[in-house]
Amino acid sequence: MAKIELTRSPLIKNALKSRYPQLAVFVVMLVGYIFAILAGLIGTPVGSHNFSIVFVWIAWWAILILVAVPFFGRGWCAVCPIPLPGEWLQRGAVLSPPDKRPKWLNLRVPKIFRNIWLQNISFLLLALFSSVLLTTPNITGIVLAAMLFAAIGLSTVFERRAFCRYLCPVGGFIGLYSQTAPIELRIKDKQVCVSCEGKPCYNGSQVGYGCPWDVFPGGLTKNTYCGLCMECIRTCPHDNIAVNLRPFSADLSKPSTRMDEAFKAFIMLGSAMIYAGVLLGPWGSLKDAAYNVGTSAWFIYAVIFLAIIFIILPGIFRLMIFPSPTGRDAALSLSKGAGVRAFASLSTALIPLGLMFWVAFSLSFVLTNASYILAALSDPLGLGWNLFGTANIAWQPMLTSILTPAQTLALVGGLIWSARTAQKAAGEVKVSPIPVIVYCFLTTSLMLWLLL
Amino acid sequence: MKRSELFSRILIVAGILLAVGAPLFLWTRTPLIHARMAEDGGWNPDVIRAEVGESLHLKITSDDVVHGFAVGQMDMQSVDILPGKVSDITLNFDRPGIYTFFCTRWCGLNHWRMRGTIEVSGSPSDPEPAAVPLYVSLDLDLDAPHEVPIIPSTQPSADNGQRLAVQLPFDFSADYYRSHSPYQAFNDLSATSLTESQRWDVVAYLWQTNTTSESLANGQKLYAQNCASCHGENGAGDGVFADDLAIAGESSMQTMEGAMDMMMQTPVDFTDPRRMLGAIPALLQGKILRGGMGTGMPMWGSIFTEEQIWDLIAYIYSFQFEYQN
Repeated sequence: MAKIELTRSPLIKNALKSRYPQLAVFVVMLVGYIFAILAGLIGTPVGSHNFSIVFVWIAWWAILILVAVPFFGRGWCAVCPIPLPGEWLQRGAVLSPPDKRPKWLNLRVPKIFRNIWLQNISFLLLALFSSVLLTTPNITGIVLAAMLFAAIGLSTVFERRAFCRYLCPVGGFIGLYSQTAPIELRIKDKQVCVSCEGKPCYNGSQVGYGCPWDVFPGGLTKNTYCGLCMECIRTCPHDNIAVNLRPFSADLSKPSTRMDEAFKAFIMLGSAMIYAGVLLGPWGSLKDAAYNVGTSAWFIYAVIFLAIIFIILPGIFRLMIFPSPTGRDAALSLSKGAGVRAFASLSTALIPLGLMFWVAFSLSFVLTNASYILAALSDPLGLGWNLFGTANIAWQPMLTSILTPAQTLALVGGLIWSARTAQKAAGEVKVSPIPVIVYCFLTTSLMLWLLL
Repeated sequence: MKRSELFSRILIVAGILLAVGAPLFLWTRTPLIHARMAEDGGWNPDVIRAEVGESLHLKITSDDVVHGFAVGQMDMQSVDILPGKVSDITLNFDRPGIYTFFCTRWCGLNHWRMRGTIEVSGSPSDPEPAAVPLYVSLDLDLDAPHEVPIIPSTQPSADNGQRLAVQLPFDFSADYYRSHSPYQAFNDLSATSLTESQRWDVVAYLWQTNTTSESLANGQKLYAQNCASCHGENGAGDGVFADDLAIAGESSMQTMEGAMDMMMQTPVDFTDPRRMLGAIPALLQGKILRGGMGTGMPMWGSIFTEEQIWDLIAYIYSFQFEYQN
């Protein structure tokens, strides 16, 4: 399928170039976000009736993982309210062109942190506390507030959106999975960028800001770090930026060789499986261990959680792709740099698989708990209000008859998708894709068992 | 500053003020009574003030599990308090005094500690003097052992006792029943020509004549709601909380203020004839009214009416005697 340039449509192009539609969405999102913080802090401690839990962990999560990420990649990042107050402070303006002189420290993020390891860690930190976080409104409120203030703090110290790019626990996996999305922002003609003076898309100009994501659009080959903020569309003096519709997983034909991204794939794959076991499985003692943060049982759970993600899953993967010290595999495994690159490249196959694991897992709890959304809409703080007449809607799992087929379809579809990706990645590093496909098959079978 | 910039800033500030101010304003104007398991604080607030003749409107929500709300010594249906939901309750008081409200659901190990008070003021300002309970008049030592040396070999039958009792010049009055234990009555029958087994049957009949099927049904209902969690559905002291209370022991007693130096005991087994046949109804009245000091047995004096207590006592004895249907 050829790419379709959406920005050829004057309607779409004007909507993206104008700041006002985006500003309107930003204000609504920011109001909702602040309200979610407040609801978490002052609303009912019963999670299923508190706006912060229901709208963040059920409604938002459903939209994010079932719609936004698979179809729009970093579409959520384009409207996320978390970086906005910091960014406005950093710029000293909401719409006006930036001053020549920075208002704050405007430091460059140290090179050692210019990767997604911090995002991997921040995600794992939340994941380890997730049983409490997902059910306790005041913890959710505190975490949401902490993310907002962390983003503000980083904006005053570092240039651009340091929080989004290097720390956001959500941004890391959205970036990873955005490679599969059928939408992209790319330049139209590379030569135009090469000859462009001043590179306003990166450095800013009187009509807009330099890329908040610290990306030079002229070099974009993957969606991973483009936040779809559309700033470059506004600043490009040559109208050389396009938003395209493209085939799914187009970016995966160019496998990454970065270990931080490879481990992100393992983190997401492992977390989905562990969540399926802990949150949806029948093992009460496992739930207790995950919920009772600070107890010895929780520490054991945390150690096992981290061991699965950092040792067991990548270890088995490593053993399967380099099983014996002979032939080409041996050459790869013995050559550290080549081995690492091959490991990272082959782990690209786990990206569609991980995404589908999360889709299958999320379908389960989203369809089970979606009926809480209408009730929480009418009584968001659990104070006995009935704003829209839906406060007393009884809890009722939705679409239960299609849940199992949909989950099976997602997992089997993910396996096939991964197998195709593995073939391409294996071709790049010139090894057999079979071990990767077998690995995907085994993990999919485990996930099927956990979910069904 | 450009007009568009100014407008944007105003819009953002207004949005933030709305997001923070509106819920805070409405939150402060929606006073709620929060119910939590006793370990986590019980009722909050636990003291409510009201006026005679003025309706008291309460909005109650649960912050954890399902609770129930009822006011002691008032003729009201218990209201379920559901997690995250708000229950509206309206109360009317025609007499001043301090009323006890309590949880009616077995919400947790210390469920029975979930109590609060409603202080009702107004006229008549002098509350009616409380009647002296029978156990006080009889000067009973509620904590003295009262085990009996002899127990019946089979469960005494009120039906058999009735046939035997018609020939006996015996005091079957309520005064006698309330102030004597079954064993004392058994001994008082020793001058008759009845066998031991027959004397126990007459005692069973004596106990039955001092209650009614309605009283027993009411007592059973009260027992199921308030006592069975510890004493067990069948009175054997094996309620759902019995084991947990025994395990929690003293520590469970110290979770509430002022509950120091208490020692948890296993809930009383009402099916144990050695203990129950030596218990005077007035003594059970005292234990229910006052609670079993130092044992974990709560006091029910502010919750049950006198009639309810006698109904409950009548039902408790039914674990010892075989009554006619």
